[in-house]
Amino acid sequence: MATELTFDAIRLPSECEALRKDVRAFIAKEIDAGSLDPHGGGIDGAYSADFSRKVGAKGWIGMTWPKMYGGHERSFLERYVVTEEFRVANAPVRLHFVADRQSGPVILRYGSERIKADILPRICRGEVCFAIGMSEPNSGSDLFAARTKATRTKGGWLVNGTKIWTSNAHQAHYLIGLFRTSSPSKENRRHGLTQFVVDMKTPGITVNPVYQMTGAHDFNEVVFEDAFMPDDHVLGEVDGAWKQATSELAYERSGPERFLETFYVLTELVRVLGQRPDTRGAEGIGRLVAQVHTLRRMSVSVAGMLHAGKEPVVEAAIVKDVGTIWEQKLPHKARDLAAFVAPQSANRATFEERLNYAVMIAPKLTIQGGTTEILRGIIARGLGLR
Amino acid sequence: MEAENLVAETARRILADVADPQSANRAKDDAWKAPAWAALEGAGLALAWVPEALGGAGAELADGFAVLREAGRSASALPLAETVLAGWLLSKAGIASPRGALTCGPARDGERVTMSGDGTVSGSLRAIPFAKGATHLALLAERQERQDGGLAIALLDASQAHIGDGTSIGGDPQNWVSFKAARPAVVKDAPAGIDGQALMLMGATARAMQMAGALEAVLELAVHYANERVAFERPIAKFQAVQHNLARLAGETAAAVAAAGSAADTIAHAATFDEAVLLEAAAAKIRVGEAAGEGAAIAHQVFGAIGFTQEHTLHRFTRRLWAWRDDFGNESAWAVKLGNLVAAKGADGLWPMLAAR
Repeated sequence: MATELTFDAIRLPSECEALRKDVRAFIAKEIDAGSLDPHGGGIDGAYSADFSRKVGAKGWIGMTWPKMYGGHERSFLERYVVTEEFRVANAPVRLHFVADRQSGPVILRYGSERIKADILPRICRGEVCFAIGMSEPNSGSDLFAARTKATRTKGGWLVNGTKIWTSNAHQAHYLIGLFRTSSPSKENRRHGLTQFVVDMKTPGITVNPVYQMTGAHDFNEVVFEDAFMPDDHVLGEVDGAWKQATSELAYERSGPERFLETFYVLTELVRVLGQRPDTRGAEGIGRLVAQVHTLRRMSVSVAGMLHAGKEPVVEAAIVKDVGTIWEQKLPHKARDLAAFVAPQSANRATFEERLNYAVMIAPKLTIQGGTTEILRGIIARGLGLR
Repeated sequence: MEAENLVAETARRILADVADPQSANRAKDDAWKAPAWAALEGAGLALAWVPEALGGAGAELADGFAVLREAGRSASALPLAETVLAGWLLSKAGIASPRGALTCGPARDGERVTMSGDGTVSGSLRAIPFAKGATHLALLAERQERQDGGLAIALLDASQAHIGDGTSIGGDPQNWVSFKAARPAVVKDAPAGIDGQALMLMGATARAMQMAGALEAVLELAVHYANERVAFERPIAKFQAVQHNLARLAGETAAAVAAAGSAADTIAHAATFDEAVLLEAAAAKIRVGEAAGEGAAIAHQVFGAIGFTQEHTLHRFTRRLWAWRDDFGNESAWAVKLGNLVAAKGADGLWPMLAAR
């Protein structure tokens, strides 16, 4: 049992501040050039091959990876700064974000030498988009119910089945797929799943769009029909994917993107309430700022632990649980606080447009990448309750 | 963190020894308090922030805050935080702290102490924690004869003030303190930068650390209880509804620990009570106060009826959590201050302000 939660007061080291200046200067230049719109368009990070290539050239993808694979051997805390500055500026990082955060590290740890040498440098150059192929029509939070099958064939595997809710699959060059290679064993229902790097150009793969309630196209259904996976595309142990999942999740769960996804609503709220808000407005802003400041302290603290080589699985789950609930409630609180803003006041149209978008996307925040219920189960286990 | 901090470790050991919540709760009277206080004083914890030259322990600010987290963890009904703060305030003007329990003021928004030209002080302070039982009051007074808003720090013998009865929702003394043309034992000018807001920021951070510690203790108690208590033929910890409540309590506790710890660390490293301190301490008092409210409610739900009894120790923590929210500025008061600061800087100043921490 571990009820002692560690959230030490970690500060980003000074080299991060120089980097932050560079990133902000880069963003300012991109805004001037019209390639980054901080106030509109695809609000949750658009897809831009041009932008991702520039970010790669700056050395801001694969920042923590070894130089031999195109990485830059910088610290996890430096990566944190780049992530949060891009997130707040609404930078179009969609192409490289998942590869940088999740897929690259998995390949680095479990990939064959050929795959690492082939793919990682291209991720670092901002050329490669990854999708994550975990969920299936009958397997969402319960990952180990996955049924898409990979069966042995000469020199590799043949995959058949369907993945769903696969973000970016229609734009991705690769997907990391979780496929069933054996039946679950009696003792361990998690046994029998294997991770693969899937080249999306492989014959036998069809991507069908699943439009979201906002009208956006992000989700897809990915259908595999005798799609061939060479042996060296296996990641880690055959049948043993369940052992590989946990430590990456701490990275995935505690980052600044887990509470800043609707941050623009707070910025626009401050703008629309003006420099002299009434008491109600001031109190509302003050509470929201205190809450987001606290979340950032928690998130930086976890980043510091990851940097120190620890595996703060429970702390990371807590950051995502508290953070996603906050970013989900934020638009609704902002709506209340702006209720009496004069209809003709400046900035109101922008505020409402962004607010409405945030209200619409808010439900997904506590679902994607591990639902609230799954997170609370992990926290409960960490507390020694199950 | 605790294991690395010797001062906090000492405090934890002594508090467990002399102010264990279970024994304190069983005690029929207050007889345990005098020896407990003597132990804290003897270990130098009561005057943690007073330099050795002025009779204190000369501990670092960070260590003192860590001690207050321990005090919260034991929900001790002793004026440790009040004395530590009063000693700090007096030492800022170079005034030595007398022995015994101290308290300080003003501790609420909108209250003030004035000093006339003859050096006497007047004031009416609504809710001073642990004034009853304190030997002296450390006061921050506005010099009325001065146009420049000059401030003085005064040490006033408690016998010079009228101290009302009354207790906080936590059951600790919380008193209406009034004095008119009372003559302090010592008066000195407050140094630049030590003003009403500075005292409120220190007090707010001290209370935030106490609340964070109390929430840690509450989480530990609640998890332990859920694993022990059997209902419907299994420990209630096995019910998902209970697990999720406790996960939420862990989230609120984590937020409290992070916010309070960050504010304490900021003050410990700051040269002045600048804007960074204001952001951190205000945010801590707001967020930890919210966590106190949420956390106490969840804990009571987990414990059910037994947690609502006098006999159980839970109330020692939850009642103090509720009370501490109100000292040195409640959530709403700090939120208005912080909100106005953010609004004045403008929308595009918000992120740079947060990221600078």
